[in-house]
Amino acid sequence: MKQLTIAKAINAGLSRAMEENPKVMLMGEDIGSLGGVYRVTEGLKDRYGAHRVLDTPLGEAGIVGTAIGLAERGYRPVCEIQFDGFTFPAFNQITTQLAKIHARSDGNLTVPVTIRIPYGGVIGSVEHHSESPEALFAHTAGLRILAPSNAQDAYWMSQQAIECNDPVIIFEPKRRYWLKGDVDENQPTGDPFSAAVVREGQEATIVAWGPLVPVALAAAEAAREDGRSVEVIDLRSLSPIDFDTVTASVRKTGRLIIAHEAPTFGGLGGEIAARVTERAFYSLEAPVLRVGAFHMPYPPAAVEEHYVPDLDRVLEALDRSFAY
Amino acid sequence: MAAKMHPGTVESAVPRLQLLDEQGTVHEDPTFSPFVEDVDTVELKGLYRSMALARRVDEEATSLQRQGQLVLWVPLRGQEAAQVGSAWATEPTDRIYPSYREHAVVFHRGVKPGELLQLFRGHTAGGWDPNEHHVNLYTMVLASQVPHAVGYAMGTALDRKAAEDAGEQVSETPEAVVAYYGDGASTEGEIHESMVFAASYDAPVLFFVQNNQWAISVPFSTQSRVPLATRAAGYGFEGLRVDGNDILAVLAATRYALDKIRRGEGPVMIEAETYRMGAHTTADDPTKYRQRDEEEQWGTLDPLERLEMFLRETHHVGDEFFDSVTNEGREMADELRADVLAMVPPTFDEFFDKAYADPHSLIDAERAECLDYQAGFAPQDDQDDSGSEGAHA
Repeated sequence: MKQLTIAKAINAGLSRAMEENPKVMLMGEDIGSLGGVYRVTEGLKDRYGAHRVLDTPLGEAGIVGTAIGLAERGYRPVCEIQFDGFTFPAFNQITTQLAKIHARSDGNLTVPVTIRIPYGGVIGSVEHHSESPEALFAHTAGLRILAPSNAQDAYWMSQQAIECNDPVIIFEPKRRYWLKGDVDENQPTGDPFSAAVVREGQEATIVAWGPLVPVALAAAEAAREDGRSVEVIDLRSLSPIDFDTVTASVRKTGRLIIAHEAPTFGGLGGEIAARVTERAFYSLEAPVLRVGAFHMPYPPAAVEEHYVPDLDRVLEALDRSFAY
Repeated sequence: MAAKMHPGTVESAVPRLQLLDEQGTVHEDPTFSPFVEDVDTVELKGLYRSMALARRVDEEATSLQRQGQLVLWVPLRGQEAAQVGSAWATEPTDRIYPSYREHAVVFHRGVKPGELLQLFRGHTAGGWDPNEHHVNLYTMVLASQVPHAVGYAMGTALDRKAAEDAGEQVSETPEAVVAYYGDGASTEGEIHESMVFAASYDAPVLFFVQNNQWAISVPFSTQSRVPLATRAAGYGFEGLRVDGNDILAVLAATRYALDKIRRGEGPVMIEAETYRMGAHTTADDPTKYRQRDEEEQWGTLDPLERLEMFLRETHHVGDEFFDSVTNEGREMADELRADVLAMVPPTFDEFFDKAYADPHSLIDAERAECLDYQAGFAPQDDQDDSGSEGAHA
């Protein structure tokens, strides 16, 4: 067992994947000599060579587009998009090509491309550096989406995404890159496309992912001090979503709160709420509630704490749920 | 021509290569003629046959669409020399990334017309195995396939280097990749990024742009002030401009470019200046946006007629050959028609399996829901099945 930050865990996961499979290569802006703007790929160019860790020209469509061709040739490219808001120049390649080539080719072509996107807010930055666009990609069939919240998942999901024969986007919780946690390098986490109950409880369920998992856990702890028993689910996979785990929890607790950094309107919380309502209607003691950001472009850093859900907003939602 | 004059245009210095002119006369070029020196009567007949058969299939497909047997057709008429000449120059294992009008190219790679028409009958978005034919599938979002070609080319170079480093035997002919796109697609941003990536990584890729003068209804002068080949210099590699209706010029330029690419000198761009003699697709109406006299003027530049004239007058090929190609085309068209009419449509539930390569929980759940729903409409027994359509609705 090792104590690693999430950033170091991803680095170690990528390194292990490159060691085990010579077809794994990394591509992105500033990921080589600099090690990435968050240093996630630090040292990998020295270890594996410039032909496997590509400091690419500055063009996201070019990065993802050439990665698709490399995948068709038999490589397993891992693309880093520097910041969430810079994914959109590659949106066409991701949604019209990467997601559809397996279906287009009647299964003859696979494109095992992994795209790493540091995402989420509360980092005190400028426009386009704090967004949570996961719903845009979850809505696109053909893609898989992972969102690790801790070092263990970060280490294993990096490798599992690369091994997957489908394209996988990993949304990395950039404000938690320095969060330390245990990493078991011998014991892989199970199915990456499943949710995990990270705290058991009896009276309400909070579903969260990525950077909001620690917030959800803190909310459950605060609720315990008020005498409430709250279960927390780390969703882990945003496409597909492990509805079985969520439904089972709600059948037990009767209450569900979904918290995400993305705007509430059209967010994944709506999809989860609808599915759970369809599957566990008679178990619900209260309407499913969502805690998310507001329907506006991500605001400037000076006021961002009002935009991104925090502990108090999750607790307020819990109160509303218990009030039914 | 509907060419608009742009004040302040910096003229292109890229010359236009032509080896076989409109009158059927061959011109010598010190750089390019050697690449077609070996093209004898037999090979010319082969080129003609490929062009003529592609045109015949094209005509048949247009008819099939008009008769309601295809959902759409994308005519290639006029672009046969650009397509056959360029494909002819490739090795069978050179990966090709077409756009969606390169019918003659995919036929050259052994894709059967009936396989291609599965796409246009609405049965698949693909139609063949790209790994078997070394030619990728049609891509409808313009220019999107071009960065894929660059990435694939980067992969061939990486593979070759890895094999050399490991002391393994490598082929004497390094692989090359060809990306096809058109004058309209040339404006897309992905073309620019493809050029930059290819240049930066010395990718063994040929950018083959068929400038057919029209992007549906928008003339070439709206896409560019200068020939597209001019742009290659801006990326630091060679751009060739050829008469795309001159089979010899296209073949020579492509052979020259592929030689250079295989020597490790990085990408090359070829602009084949041709003309879309027909509509953009069977859903298009060119009378709305271009003049009949323009079409007639280009009609006199028909690549097939030019090669036929050359074969008859210079190579003394007679009616017997041309009749045999006509007959072969007729048989091919008949076979294609029969193939299309015999096509069995796919079942809807097959498509659940195609969305992902690995097992997927949502797909499994939705497939089960869908099959369950469909089962609700199933006839209870054989008797119900006869002549009671809709009875279970």
